[in-house]
Amino acid sequence: MNRLGKIVLSASVCVLAFALAGMLNGCASVIQAATAAGEAAGVLTSRQAGSINRSAQAVEKSFTDITPEQEYYIGRSVAATILGTYEPLDKEAATEYLNLLGQTLAMASDRPETFRGYHFMLLDTDEINAFSAPGGLVLISRGMIRCCKTEDELAAVLAHEIGHVQHQHGLRAIKKSRLTSALTILAAESAKNFGDDNLARLTEAFEGSIGDVVQTLRNSGYARALEREADASAVTIMKRVGYDPNALVTMLQHMKQNLKPGGLDFAKTHPDPEDRIDDVKELIGAASAPAVVTARQKRFAQAMDKF
Amino acid sequence: MSNRNSLLRSTAAAVMLMACAAGAAEKMMSVQVQKAPVRSSPGFLGQMVCKLDYGVRVTVVQKQSDWIKIRDTGGKTGWMHQSALTPKRIKMTAGTQDAQSAASGDELALAGKGFNSDVEAQFKAQNSDADFTWVDKMEKIVVTPEQSEEFLKNGGVRSQGGAQ
Repeated sequence: MNRLGKIVLSASVCVLAFALAGMLNGCASVIQAATAAGEAAGVLTSRQAGSINRSAQAVEKSFTDITPEQEYYIGRSVAATILGTYEPLDKEAATEYLNLLGQTLAMASDRPETFRGYHFMLLDTDEINAFSAPGGLVLISRGMIRCCKTEDELAAVLAHEIGHVQHQHGLRAIKKSRLTSALTILAAESAKNFGDDNLARLTEAFEGSIGDVVQTLRNSGYARALEREADASAVTIMKRVGYDPNALVTMLQHMKQNLKPGGLDFAKTHPDPEDRIDDVKELIGAASAPAVVTARQKRFAQAMDKF
Repeated sequence: MSNRNSLLRSTAAAVMLMACAAGAAEKMMSVQVQKAPVRSSPGFLGQMVCKLDYGVRVTVVQKQSDWIKIRDTGGKTGWMHQSALTPKRIKMTAGTQDAQSAASGDELALAGKGFNSDVEAQFKAQNSDADFTWVDKMEKIVVTPEQSEEFLKNGGVRSQGGAQ
C-alpha cells in the first residue's frame, strides 16, 4: 500500500510539474519584463519580483483578462470623458424610450450580462455619432437619431453599438503595457505595500487606458473587420428580438445621404455606409423595404419627433 | 477478521475514489456581474425566478448553447446566461496570499481590486472635465423584463425567444 502510495504520489508530482511547465512556457519572458519594470520603478523589491516571476503565469492575456467589474470602471470613465465634450440631451420621454428599446435588444445579444448592464443616453449634437463605452454605456447623437425613420432603424443603430460592447472592441484599444503595469502593481499588493504611490501608478495605467479607448472612439475608429463584426451582431440581435434586419440597410442609406464628406463624425471613424450596406446585404440576403407597423411607428414618432 | 478489514478498506477506498470522480465532474462557477438573473427556461424571454449576487458560487447542472442550468447552495435551480458566470473563484475580501494567486489569472479574481472606485476617484480629481453626473443618472435607468415584454407586445414585435 505504502509503495503504491509512493508511486501514485510521484506520478502526480510529475504530471503537475509537466502541467506547470506547460503553463509557464511562453509567458515567462513577458512576466520577467513586467517584474523588471516593476523593480526599476521601485514598485517591487527584487524578492517580490522573483516571487511573481515564479508564480504569475498569465500577464499577457490583454483585454480578456479584464474582469467585468474592471471593465465597468473603465466604461464609466470613458463615458464621463465623452460627456465632458458633448452635452447630454435631457429629455425624459425620449431617454426612457431609448432605454426600453436598447435594454430589450441587449437582453437578446450574445452578452446580455455586463457588470451593471446596458444604459443609453442621447447627445445634443448634430454630428452623426454613437459611442459605446466598455460595459454597456451607449451614447447616441441627435444627428444619428435623424438617420432613423422607424423604430426598426433605431434598433439597428443600438444593436450595432451593443455589438461593439458584446465583442469588447473598446477594451481591445487599450495598450498591453498599461494592463501589464496594472497587474504588476496588483501582484505587489500581496506584500501589503499597496499605498498612495501604487494607487497613483494604478491611476496612471487607468488614465492611459481611458485615453486609448476615447482616442479610438472619437478619432481613429475601429478596424473595418470590427465594424463588420458589430453589424453581424446587430443583424443577429434584430432577428432574435423580432425587428427587420433590412432596417440596418435603410438606416445606412439615410446615413449616407446625411453624412458630410470629410466630417469629424462617423464619416471619419466608420467605413463608408455603402461598403457596410454591401456587407450587411450579404448577411441577410436580398434586401427589401421593412414593413411598417402602425403602433410601433406611432410611438417612435412620438418619442423622437423633436429631433 | 483481517480479510474482513482488508475488504472494508478496499470498499472504503473505492467509495472515496468514486466520490472524488463525482466531485471532479461537478463544475462550479461564480457570478461575475453585480446582479445576475436566473430564469426558468434557457432564453432571454425565460421568466426570471431570482437574481444572484456578485461572487456567488453555483454548480453547473447542464449546458445548452449559451445558457447554463445552475444549482445554487440552497438547491434552487434555474438558467443563467454564460456571460454572467466565470469559472474563477471571486474573493470579495482578499487576503495577502490572494493577490499573487489572482495575478496568475487563471483561477481567482479579486472583487473591488485594480481599477476600482478609489482609482476612479483619483481619475476624477485629475480630470475635472469628465462628467460623471450623467453617467450616474444613466445607470439608474433600468428596464425590467416585464417592461421589455410589454414594449415588444405593444409595438407588435414578435420575438423568436428561446435559447440563443
